[in-house]
Amino acid sequence: MGSGSGVSCAVTLNTSLTPEQRALYQDVGQINHLLDSARTIALVGLSSDRQKASFFVAGYLKDEGYRIVPVNPKADIILGEKVYPDVASIPFPVDIVDIFRPAQEIDGIVDQAIARKEKGIDSPAIWMQLRLVNLAAAERSLAAGLTTIVDKCVKMEHGRYRGGLHFAGMNTEIISARKRKR
Amino acid sequence: MTHRPGPRKFGFETRMVHAGHVPDAHTGSRAVPIHLTTSYVFDSPEYAAQLFELKQYGNIYTRISNPTTAVLEERLASLEGATGALVVSSGMAAQFVALMTLLSPGDEVVASSHLYGGTVTQLKQTLLKLSIKVTLVDPHNDAAWEQAITKKTRALYGETIGNPRGSVLDLEKLSRLANVHKIPLIVDNTFATPYLCRPIEWGATIVLHSATKFIGGHGSAIAGVILDSGNFDFSRFPAIAAPSPSYHNLRFFDTFGHYGFLMKARAETVRDVGACVSPMNSFLILQGLETLSLRMDRHVGNAQQIARYLEQHEQVAWVSYAGLPSHADHALAQKYLPKGPGAVFSFGLKGEGAEVREDGKKFIESLQLFSHLANVGDVRSLVIHPASTTHQQLTEEELAACGVGPEMIRLSIGLENVEDLLWDLDQAFHALSRSIRA
Repeated sequence: MGSGSGVSCAVTLNTSLTPEQRALYQDVGQINHLLDSARTIALVGLSSDRQKASFFVAGYLKDEGYRIVPVNPKADIILGEKVYPDVASIPFPVDIVDIFRPAQEIDGIVDQAIARKEKGIDSPAIWMQLRLVNLAAAERSLAAGLTTIVDKCVKMEHGRYRGGLHFAGMNTEIISARKRKR
Repeated sequence: MTHRPGPRKFGFETRMVHAGHVPDAHTGSRAVPIHLTTSYVFDSPEYAAQLFELKQYGNIYTRISNPTTAVLEERLASLEGATGALVVSSGMAAQFVALMTLLSPGDEVVASSHLYGGTVTQLKQTLLKLSIKVTLVDPHNDAAWEQAITKKTRALYGETIGNPRGSVLDLEKLSRLANVHKIPLIVDNTFATPYLCRPIEWGATIVLHSATKFIGGHGSAIAGVILDSGNFDFSRFPAIAAPSPSYHNLRFFDTFGHYGFLMKARAETVRDVGACVSPMNSFLILQGLETLSLRMDRHVGNAQQIARYLEQHEQVAWVSYAGLPSHADHALAQKYLPKGPGAVFSFGLKGEGAEVREDGKKFIESLQLFSHLANVGDVRSLVIHPASTTHQQLTEEELAACGVGPEMIRLSIGLENVEDLLWDLDQAFHALSRSIRA
């Protein structure tokens, strides 16, 4: 899936986080491991509007073989999948809670994810999309033992290590002389 | 000493030979494969639809993207510190595509007057046909930039090292001005290359190159590139933020964020304008790019020696190379181009009017090693008389504004033995003085 074994290049472009915050919330190895091991991704704030960024991301993740779980209080079915009103009401384990809501709403979403872990339902990673940054919520999520990624796009990160992002002319910042994994 | 290995930010020279190319899983080809193909087989009808809707990454048609060109794009983006790149058929196409992506009829651009002649005609004549007005200003006149900016101004434009007088753009000052007006600063970095100067580090939004020049170096392929810093907030910039009628009302900035401008440039402008590069040319440019730093060190070393020689020559009226303390922009060159201000510069022969124009022709005809042609940034040394060639379509006023007179000779210093180049110039001066005596 990734690019060779153990990519260890600095990925520093297009983030508002400091180097210290990047070390906590944008670790290259952790992102790779998460995208390799995750199967079910809840998308909080997934829009039913075909031209919204969240719709692009969800369609892509579905194409790439992930089970997507739309979370949106105002829809029933998106991309053929049943929609849940909030994170607490998803009745099965999820691996990643991918957040497309404004920073002020992230606290409540993270609380629900932490509660899921306390109840033994699952232990989902928290993923805040590009520019949707709530560092207080990220600290709580990390302290609760949840893998936490901040200010990154899950589609772009998947594309970065799978090679797709590169075909769009983007700077993946990956430097490696090793063969890509099949 | 114990050293805990962390993620590494690789250096310029490492990225020059590696960035953008991870050997593929199947063949492991170490050299960059040349994908000479127009089109790509789809996985399935659904996948094809996803590609056309820009929801999936992948190749459709080489007019839009190509795997060989993608290596060149990512490598140039890495070297300039850009978020991404779009390689097109030429440097002129790069300018046009960047501007067509940003501008609508009625918009305005304020540009430095120290520009390549072809750029001036594109900005002043061709864009005028699209109802876009470009105001040229003296790049060193702060008040002139300020006064030329109106509510319709959508971009500032300049060359890091101006063609042909070698003036240096005050990148930091201009990017501050662009920021105040919430418009992007576009910088043509062709003469500097990312090895000598990276305008994004000084606040530029969009960087352009004619990759035909030093980036390729060999003078065998034409290409251009558009690079985006990814740092500009296009959310209130209509051309990038508004719903796009040619893409199901897609809002490029909303959906693609810091990559919105380049996605629109690729998926709309180049799709419709068709100024795509040949994958073969992308490969050739990549071959040159691998040795860029080594060549540029030699180019600027040779240029500095030749500029000093010319400055002391009795038949030379002036030398315009920012590497010389006598150049008005010497301090700017030391700030923005500490390794050296490129290898393209001009000098003036003594004399006036028609007489010095004839002397210029005679001088060029007498050179043995300098090739007389219309290009710069080749491994070979080049010479041209701008007033009668590269800048000949300009009006008298435009010629005066960019400082091109009949006495001017432009040199692009190559990688030859510098003593041989000095010999060549010396013998051409001798031929000139013989003809003057005769």
